[in-house]
Amino acid sequence: MAVDSKTVQKVALLAKLKVDEDKVEATKDEFNKILKWIEQLNEVETQGVEPLVSVNEEHLVCREDEVTDGNIKDKILANAPESEFGYFAVPKVVE
Amino acid sequence: MTDLTDLTIAEALSAMKSKKISAEELTKAYIKKTEEGRKYNAYVLETPEVALQAAKVADENYAKGTERALEGVPMGIKDLFCTKGIRTTACSHIIDNFIPQCESTVTQNLLNAGVGFLGKLNMDEFAMGGSNETSCFGPVVNPWSKDVNLVPGGSSGGSAAAVAAKMCAAATGTDTGGSIRQPAAFCGITGIKPTYGRCSRYGIMAFASSLDQAGPMAKDVKDCALLLKVMAGHDEKDSTSSRKAVPDFTKVLGQDVKGLKIGIPNEYRPQGLNKDVEKAWDAAVDMLKARGAEIIDISLPHTKYALPVYYIIAPAEASSNLARYDGVRFGQRVDGAHLDDLYINTRTQGFGKEVKRRIMVGTYVLSAGYYDAYYVKAQKVRRLIQNDFKNAFEKCDVILTPTSPVSAFPIGDKSMIENPINMYLNDVFTVSVSLAGLPALSLPIGLSANGLPLGMQLIGKAFDEETVFKTAYALEQDAAFKRI
Amino acid sequence: MADFIIETPKGKWELVCGLEIHCQIVSKSKIFSGASTEFGDDANVNVSFIDAGMPGMLPVLNKECVRQAVKTGLGLNAVINKYSVFSRKNYFYADSPQGYQITQFEYPIVGEGKITVDLSDGTSKDIRIERMHIEQDAAKSIHDINPKKSYIDFNRCGVGLMEIVTKPDFRSPEEVGAFLKKLRSIVRYLGTCDGNMDEGSMRCDASISVRPLGSNELRERAEVKNVNSVKFAMQAVEYEAKRQVELYEKGENLKQQTCRFNPTTGETKFLRFKEFSDDYRYFPEPDLPPLVLDDAFIEDIKKNMVELPDAKKARFVKELGLTPYDASVLCENKETADFFEKAAKGRDAKKVANWIMGDFFAMLNAKKLPLEKSPISADKLGRLVDLISKNIINGKTAKDVFAIMAETSQEPEAIVEEKGWKQVTDTSAIEAIVDEVLQNNPDNVAAYKGGKNNLLGWFVGQVMKQSKGTANPAIVNQLLKQKLG
Repeated sequence: MAVDSKTVQKVALLAKLKVDEDKVEATKDEFNKILKWIEQLNEVETQGVEPLVSVNEEHLVCREDEVTDGNIKDKILANAPESEFGYFAVPKVVE
Repeated sequence: MTDLTDLTIAEALSAMKSKKISAEELTKAYIKKTEEGRKYNAYVLETPEVALQAAKVADENYAKGTERALEGVPMGIKDLFCTKGIRTTACSHIIDNFIPQCESTVTQNLLNAGVGFLGKLNMDEFAMGGSNETSCFGPVVNPWSKDVNLVPGGSSGGSAAAVAAKMCAAATGTDTGGSIRQPAAFCGITGIKPTYGRCSRYGIMAFASSLDQAGPMAKDVKDCALLLKVMAGHDEKDSTSSRKAVPDFTKVLGQDVKGLKIGIPNEYRPQGLNKDVEKAWDAAVDMLKARGAEIIDISLPHTKYALPVYYIIAPAEASSNLARYDGVRFGQRVDGAHLDDLYINTRTQGFGKEVKRRIMVGTYVLSAGYYDAYYVKAQKVRRLIQNDFKNAFEKCDVILTPTSPVSAFPIGDKSMIENPINMYLNDVFTVSVSLAGLPALSLPIGLSANGLPLGMQLIGKAFDEETVFKTAYALEQDAAFKRI
Repeated sequence: MADFIIETPKGKWELVCGLEIHCQIVSKSKIFSGASTEFGDDANVNVSFIDAGMPGMLPVLNKECVRQAVKTGLGLNAVINKYSVFSRKNYFYADSPQGYQITQFEYPIVGEGKITVDLSDGTSKDIRIERMHIEQDAAKSIHDINPKKSYIDFNRCGVGLMEIVTKPDFRSPEEVGAFLKKLRSIVRYLGTCDGNMDEGSMRCDASISVRPLGSNELRERAEVKNVNSVKFAMQAVEYEAKRQVELYEKGENLKQQTCRFNPTTGETKFLRFKEFSDDYRYFPEPDLPPLVLDDAFIEDIKKNMVELPDAKKARFVKELGLTPYDASVLCENKETADFFEKAAKGRDAKKVANWIMGDFFAMLNAKKLPLEKSPISADKLGRLVDLISKNIINGKTAKDVFAIMAETSQEPEAIVEEKGWKQVTDTSAIEAIVDEVLQNNPDNVAAYKGGKNNLLGWFVGQVMKQSKGTANPAIVNQLLKQKLG
């Protein structure tokens, strides 16, 4: 499945990245090279094979419902590029 | 007095216990080496004051006889581990100002055992790379370089170089597709990626969650065994960390390997395999044979598909794991008129080329209409790869392969810069192990014709690091590799 | 079934609607972190590094959220899936700190179920549940503090949610309303969600389409997001359905879209079309192994299930002799049903029900008090009914006693005692009053005897007045009739 320039731009948009106009072609070519390479997998017969989700065979263990965390507002905000009145601040979001 | 940085951790611990040396002396010796070794660019942040403070505490503990397992051992920490109050960057511009407010479990375990941190070590950006050239702090120089500057391997390149150049007693590494083992091989040191789930991933910036594992990188097998015992263990903060008990790995060192079944996978000997590598492999086989181990030919038929599987699963998970780097709560922000512009500007300028490449590939393979063709297909083949190992371990106890098909190559290699797949191919011997979640250790076995270290990889059954350590220790005795 | 057919000069249309309801799970801590779920604290106080999506942080599942989900699943008469898997739903937004939401996709914890709703015409209808999964709630953005900025508060981020998805079974706004009320009643009975739509602890998205009556097609739909009351949900569905009919009758087509409901105008407003950015790239959450429930865990929950509204209602009808209507009113919320049962224990349940649904509810309404703040306890109300049953006071006096109880929370017996309102049942004492009244009103006696029978009530009133309301009205009636011949 080869991708076109439009798809490259769409994927970039999904990933919140920008591909400069003059680099779209090159990115597309490189992308297709990698896709072609990974498509070797099509040679493998996988009918009836269960996808491997987790190599860890132990089941999920839950924690008890206790409040053990939080109340660390200063630490939460310590690395914020912009914060005001105890909130993180971003440019106005309009729905 | 000999150079204290020549001592292994085991030797240094016994010297400190018997008061022959102090933790402060040891730490100062490493700090000096760190300063002398700045040309290697192994450290992205030096924290001598932190290490000296720990040494002070260590000496007090030795004086009181209350020393802990690794009391006074000065280590370097890969810059992927969050260290409380110490800048942690994943060697990416996008968070090159990040000060963690909490400590990763693995580094906390080390701190609890009395380790002092000399600083944060260079690496490929977000652990994506096999040569340490994607770091935003620039490449690391392999201490084995002669006339041409060579790469230390990656992604834990700073860790491997620092250990090789004796700029720390040992270092932490992380391994997603070979990031501990390949740089260990390139720099002539020993490193182990334990079984997936052995070490907690809490506080380690995630690359590919189903593959990432932390492990030690050290001067020899015994040091790795000592370190892993401390680093590993169940952590309730990581739901994928195993509840299996962690044995004392040093107990098996020196045990007889007679009768042990060593699997040699046919698929790891492709046509045109580097002659030096092949020779070293044969030599290792002979050493084990001479000790009475049984050599078994095995087959891992899906080996050639491991790389494509890896380059679907790892980027897919990475594309999601790296979504949190958006300039809102931490890290660098590049402003924009709207929130979307802020995201795009921040991420486009903050991430390096290789990281963006992988995010794009990962995003694509998960997107509507392609998910089954790529991601689900990769998960299925991943199952087949795991089954290959399960079948092989019916016949053998441990598997011996080269760690890398090549030795260290020059920084700025054109063929790899122009075609990322050429770089990816360097992981050919390490990725299947990661996909199957198995433990694997790399140790130096000898030198190539041009005098560069070559590593051997020992792969064990899940949670059977002991057999890996035992076999590695035997090989280490016979190989008698000379560290720098 | 309650018909809702949109009829125009051009034809008849039918509504096809499905709901997605997000219910905040009642738990002390968040679904994947140990931070408190407390609502209303200062910004970013109930936040852990996990909730803020800090580097290297990992989710750890809260067992209580799983238990609550299973309980709710059982309340929805649904299949409990012993194997479920968490997935990541990837999207960038200010309220999504990780850049993805941890949810369940292919393998939800709860499978198909159903809820029966009662409609105004006396019929009932089954609404099928497609699935229910658990996930984390998003953060809150605050837009009204600074004109140029949005502020983000992560307190709500990571609170556990149950998302209940119905099949497109709704054919009228009334069914939508009845379902939401019923669902709210069930989760409140179970204590798994507090069901307060106005506070956002229960939120409703409605997928709405229309089709010509009699057809089976499924047309493109509009999704109305985040409606925050039962009434608004009904209004939104009705408005949107009519809007779509208009569109089709103009010869236009509907493109799949997302809308918002404006409670002030009662209209739905277009937000955006489904687009490429809605590609959420779901994949299994690698930080959490699959969730596997064992039988003992599920059995334990089953054993401790509370009686749900349907079962309670049936019991009230069968064992206590209530009418289905009264029973369903009393069962709508558990507190009322419990109050009723406590008050009715060992008494005439119908009488108690009448008191609760009449004067008692009216009193709470007038005072704007919730049941738990009622000045009259279930026990006291029951004892008030006892006083009537035992002929100690009559019905009219009881109303006066009730009024005093509502003000002072006094014991009913004490009020009766204090006021001297004990009913006089001694016939001779009443007879004396009757005689006095008759003697003092010869004109009216004559009128009565002349055929004005309706004057009897007036005589009764006079006697009661004289006796300060304490005379037993039955005896008064009897004596008057006797004496007036």
